[in-house]
Parts: sequence; structure tokens; C-alpha cells
Amino acid sequence: MKKIYDSAETALEGLLEDGMLIAAGGFGLCGIPELLIDALVESGVKDITIASNNCGVDGFGLGKLLDTKQIKKMMSSYVGENAEFMRQYLSGELELEFNPQGTLAERMRAGGCGIPGFYTKTGVGTVIAEGKDHKDFNGETYIMEEGIFADLSIVKAWKADETGNLIFRKTARNFNPPAAMCGKVCVVEVEEIVPTGSLDPDHIHLPGIYVHRIIQGEHEKRIEQRTVRTA
Amino acid sequence: MWDRNQMAARAAEELEDGWYVNLGIGIPTLVANYVGDKDITLQSENGMLGMGPFPLEGDEDPDLINAGKQTITELPRTAYFDSAQSFGMIRGGKIAAAILGAMEVAENGDLANWMIPGKLVKGMGGAMDLVAGVGRVIVVMDHTNKHGDSKLLKECTLPLTGKNVVDRIITNLGVLDVVEGGLKIVETAEGVTEHELRAATEATIV
Repeated sequence: MKKIYDSAETALEGLLEDGMLIAAGGFGLCGIPELLIDALVESGVKDITIASNNCGVDGFGLGKLLDTKQIKKMMSSYVGENAEFMRQYLSGELELEFNPQGTLAERMRAGGCGIPGFYTKTGVGTVIAEGKDHKDFNGETYIMEEGIFADLSIVKAWKADETGNLIFRKTARNFNPPAAMCGKVCVVEVEEIVPTGSLDPDHIHLPGIYVHRIIQGEHEKRIEQRTVRTA
Repeated sequence: MWDRNQMAARAAEELEDGWYVNLGIGIPTLVANYVGDKDITLQSENGMLGMGPFPLEGDEDPDLINAGKQTITELPRTAYFDSAQSFGMIRGGKIAAAILGAMEVAENGDLANWMIPGKLVKGMGGAMDLVAGVGRVIVVMDHTNKHGDSKLLKECTLPLTGKNVVDRIITNLGVLDVVEGGLKIVETAEGVTEHELRAATEATIV
């Protein structure tokens, strides 16, 4: 089965539906699927819910989908870098479900592993625990969190082979593997597609079983906080 | 009274050789400057152990950032992993300590540092996972707010980040532990008397 597509637009063909749940990789602007986000903007798909740690910045990353008002709801841990996000949220146009960062990552991983729910200490005694099932294990209280089962995953990796085996680079890995795992269909954009057999099988970060469609392209890779030291 | 750097230096004394540690944003970040000869590995919860210093100009790599989204560098010991594994090691108690800032700490160890009702809510990020999961939670903060009110309270007024999670508090006035029944003074900062520290503290001191 051929997994390689020639553009983000063609890679998303037949996968988009209004009201769908999309899991997106990335942390801040690091390791975000820039090309697939652009293609979602072009597609006009609307009322989408996105599970992603952040929501980009104004005019870049997932922030582009805010500008076009295609997002109905965000499931995130931190949305502080985005004025348009705050405007839409405060005016009631946008729903927001805060998830502790590790809970969000584990909810994605769990969904991808066929686990509908799990117990965690994170958030016990806080607003996050309200309305959730509580259970004691070994004398400590935990809350139940649910696995995320997304309709579509959009992720960014560094390299893929033709079968979808993926390698990520440095901290651009972040949410990409768990996001990739939790989607019914996973579309990946990479900087380079290499011939099958050229990646060391011991060095694969995410096996191609999780990857359905692959595109290659140029990434802007914008830096959010450029910080340097003096020699 | 301690300044920011003296508070960071005092916090660094809390760290033991061989520990894996997560440092929050603000004064906690400065702690890295004072670990001296101790073998400390810093975790960045976006997926890295062995966090190095900021890069020299021209060496910035957009694929290499810390949890504050700042460009950083790697070290010979560095390992990268995904967010689920990163919080797996946090939730699983593998990180010995987290040093973080706070808006309020209560005498029972409750911590509030993510949300002020009525103000813009940015999100808790990884703070709730860290305080629930790491071995030891050390708060570094000013003893009082800008109005001069104690930040060490009988009960937190702000939404909590974690319940019963703080072990030790290092402020500009001294060091306090969360113990049965309230806070216990461990030491006072240079030039601060125990009387002054008590007078600046709303929480019960035992």
C-alpha cells in the first residue's frame, strides 16, 4: 500500500468532516505540522475539536485555524501565547477544555493503546477533578481520565521511510508520537522521505503501523523564544 | 533578607548528588547556576533529560527548546523522549524534585500557582502533573505579595494546582517545612529574625 502523497491537500482528501476530532502534535511552535495545518485552513473544514498542547500563536501554527474560525473547541494545557484565542474564548465563540499536560499526553497514548480510561493523581483536589470518578489505590486517591480516540492525527516528524517508520529530532518529538497513535487515520509531514531500508530498525521512534499517509515538504520552523547566552 | 539569586542558591542546597530535577520558570531557573559540583540532571517536561545552557548566538535550533519555549542546548548525557514518556517519569516518581514558583501556599501544603479568577487564564501546563508526581516539591517565592500580604496562608484562596503537595518553601525571609499542624521554621535569611518571619506569615507556625 502506497503511503506517500504529493501534497498536504491530497494527503487529507477524503478524511475531513465538519465537527471532527483532530489530534495534533507539537509543543509551542516546535514540531508542529505546519503544512497540514495550512491544508486544513484551505479545506474550510469547520467546527473541529483539536487536541493539542497549545494553539499556536497569532497567525501561525494552529492560530491560523483560529483566524478562520474553524475551531469549535480546544483540548490543551496552555494557551497563553495567543491574543485571538483569548478574544474568541472570552466572547464565548470558542470552547476550551484544560487538561494537565501529562494527562493530555497520556490520554492520547491511552487512546492509541485501546485504553478507554486510566487513573492518575494529577489534578486530585483541583477543578480538574470536578465531576470525575475518584478511586483509592493503596491509600491514595486518584481520578479517572479518558483515552482520546481522534478521527484524525496530524503530526510532524523529521524523517520517514516509505513504509511510515518515523524518526523525530530533539525536542520536536514532544506530543507527536502520542498524537499519531490516537487517531483512526494518521497523516505525517516530514522533512525527508528516505528509501525503505535506509533507517536503522533499532533507531525507529514510531513504527509505520501508526502512519497511514506521508508527505514531504519545507518547514518554516519558527522560534517562539529566541534565547542566547554570551560567550 | 535574601535576593533572587540568594534564594536560588539556597534552593540549590536542597539538591542531592545524582538527582534528576525539574526547574520551573522564574527564580527556579536560576537554581541551575548554583548546583556546583553536584551531579544534577535537569529534566525539561517537553521531552528532554540533560538540559544544557542557552545557545550562543547563531547556534539556536528550532527543534531544541525547553518547557518555556526558549532555545537551549544539549549535553553529552542528553536523552530525548515523547511527552507521554516525559510525564510517565514525572507521574511515576522518577524525578527526585521539582522547584517551582507559587502565588500561594497553605499550611497543609496546598499549592496555587496557575490561575487567578477573573484574569486571563493561560493554563496549568505541566504544573499539576509535576506537583502530583515528583518526589519532593520545593517552592521558591517571595514571602509576601506586592501589597505586603503573606503568601503563606492558612488556606489558599486561589484555585489549587495540587492538594497537600508542598514539602518545603524557600522565601526571601527564610526556609519553612510543611509539617503536621502547620509550617515549621527551618532557618531565617540573613538579617531576618524569627519574630519578623512569624509576623510576615499568616499560616500557623508550629
